[in-house]
Amino acid sequence: MAERLYRSCMHIPHTSSLVTGASRGLGRAIARRLAAAGSRVVLVAREVEPLERTAAEIRAAGGIAHAVAADIGDKDAIYPLAGQAAALVGPIDILVNNASTLGPSPLRLLLDTECEDLERALAVNLVGPFRLSKAIAGSMALRRRGVVLNVSSDAAVEPYPTWGAYGASKAALDQLSRVWAAELAEHGVRVLSVDPGEMDTHMHAEAIPDADRSTLADPDDIAARVVAMIAAEERAPTGVRLVAPRFEVQP
Amino acid sequence: MIASKRHVDVNVGADDQPPIPAGTPTATTSKPLRSRGSPAERGDALVHDHVHEKRTGYARDDVRLLAIDSHHGRLLDRAAADLPALLRPGDLLVLNDAATLPASLVGAAPSGAEIEIRLAGPPSRERATWPAVVFGPGDWRTRTEDRAPPEPLVPGDVVHLRDLSAEIVAVSPLSPRLVELRFDRAGGALLAALYRLGRPVQYAHQDRDLALWTVQTAFAGPPWAVEMPSAGRPLSWHVLSALRQTGIELAWLTHAAGLSATGDPALDAALPLPERYHIPAATAAAALRARAEDRRVIAVGTTVVRALEGAARAGQWAGGTGTTDLVIGPDSELRAVHGVVSGIHAPGESHYRLLGAFAPASLLDAAWQHAQAAGYLRHELGDFCLIAPGLTLRARELA
Repeated sequence: MAERLYRSCMHIPHTSSLVTGASRGLGRAIARRLAAAGSRVVLVAREVEPLERTAAEIRAAGGIAHAVAADIGDKDAIYPLAGQAAALVGPIDILVNNASTLGPSPLRLLLDTECEDLERALAVNLVGPFRLSKAIAGSMALRRRGVVLNVSSDAAVEPYPTWGAYGASKAALDQLSRVWAAELAEHGVRVLSVDPGEMDTHMHAEAIPDADRSTLADPDDIAARVVAMIAAEERAPTGVRLVAPRFEVQP
Repeated sequence: MIASKRHVDVNVGADDQPPIPAGTPTATTSKPLRSRGSPAERGDALVHDHVHEKRTGYARDDVRLLAIDSHHGRLLDRAAADLPALLRPGDLLVLNDAATLPASLVGAAPSGAEIEIRLAGPPSRERATWPAVVFGPGDWRTRTEDRAPPEPLVPGDVVHLRDLSAEIVAVSPLSPRLVELRFDRAGGALLAALYRLGRPVQYAHQDRDLALWTVQTAFAGPPWAVEMPSAGRPLSWHVLSALRQTGIELAWLTHAAGLSATGDPALDAALPLPERYHIPAATAAAALRARAEDRRVIAVGTTVVRALEGAARAGQWAGGTGTTDLVIGPDSELRAVHGVVSGIHAPGESHYRLLGAFAPASLLDAAWQHAQAAGYLRHELGDFCLIAPGLTLRARELA
């Protein structure tokens, strides 16, 4: 058992990481934390400019960061992204599927939700992470080394009115995480689902514009916890769903 | 235990017989593995196999495997999913984890004439230039050997590949089609342009464009290959998991698989061009350990044979990065590998000559005759073969 724990730990220095939705919020904070810990990071988002800014910040702080513009909801973008990332930093050890879309703002009741908006939420929040994991986790499984972290939400569990499309996509993502974990365990690849809680981010402001920001967590604090969970298996064994603010493994 | 849903009617008669000397092969046959038409209906498949439409509808591992036992001189008709049952626990299977680049770019020569550029390998580290082969007007629907030659290019010429441009910095003495390119950008900007503008090298024997995901193995990592390292393509994770569960060790290296055809007979005769490889220290150690313990090393793909044998000849037993121009044939002594997984190759092809290092000519010829008669499919998305000394026959097959 001790041997297994040792092997499954992911020592962050000299690893290669890919973080989606990395231009702002939690994704940006996770990318900065991974780079600060010594990982070579590929940052992914649709818009080039904020992404390049974050990459430049990381490099200015002595880290290694590359920006690749891609829409995770676009099927044709996935293999080019996986190829560019592996060419830039080597085979990916840590994949953080963080990018997601809420759909139109303000959020809408299901009876008012366009089918196309539900499809877009599924494409970005569910099918995109599946495609990217499929393109990258085979190399992890061959090398017996890797962590895939999918960012979830309490909307995956709670039936919040107006959060239907987003919540359904995250609930399905949670189940994919569990099955990925079950299938990849024998190959030494760990798959986690993390509900980061309510954070002071652009996305939160879009969803709940009148929230009291003083009650919201700083994404950088959450990112520090996330990186610790990636690094240490005893805190986050494969297949678990970790929930803010305590991120404890449920018995 | 491998589920064998397709494999219901195996004729095991010959499998039970005592070994026969190499050179007098027999073939056991089973029912066609799937309803792609009988061999008679697919009679010309080996000549011109327009299989892509069918192939993309099938799982990656829904591919026939011609198993060639070089010790017993025996041929077995099997499927990809039978690979774990054919090998022995303790065997070391070495894979090429190179991902495939979108290596084909179209554009215009200085005169404005249409050209296609196929990158021929990763860039040289020292000069950051890329080897490339230039083709004239046309596309993959024309067989490579029938493509019009490009207008002659000389150093200093600039070719425009839509919004990407490249300067010709050298032309090879081997062929005016083989050049060295310097792109107008480097690093991440160049990668982004290549992935935006490039497409995988296409094949005239297919009936439609191959997408980038079609030409990746299920374990692809660094994009070093300009054409798919295709021997690994049938290895689904269903098969790879079963291999590991059987006690067959998996290891990997990265080898920059090169172009399979250039359209220039002089250049084709010089293939494969020198190719870069990287052998991780863990893989080199696993191969040494296997040999020390009398376990077999099986290379998946001719690229893996060349990398491991090239490294062995260079005394590179600890692994590392190198370039090999090694050409292996019937007279080559194998120092690192015992068996090989490859495509179905015809006499005269360089890959067929390489297989000659693993089995006597008479057995390879019998395998080729059998492959034709049984309708095995050649080429990049076709069927595949395994050559190893002493293939295992499991209880399932003898039951």
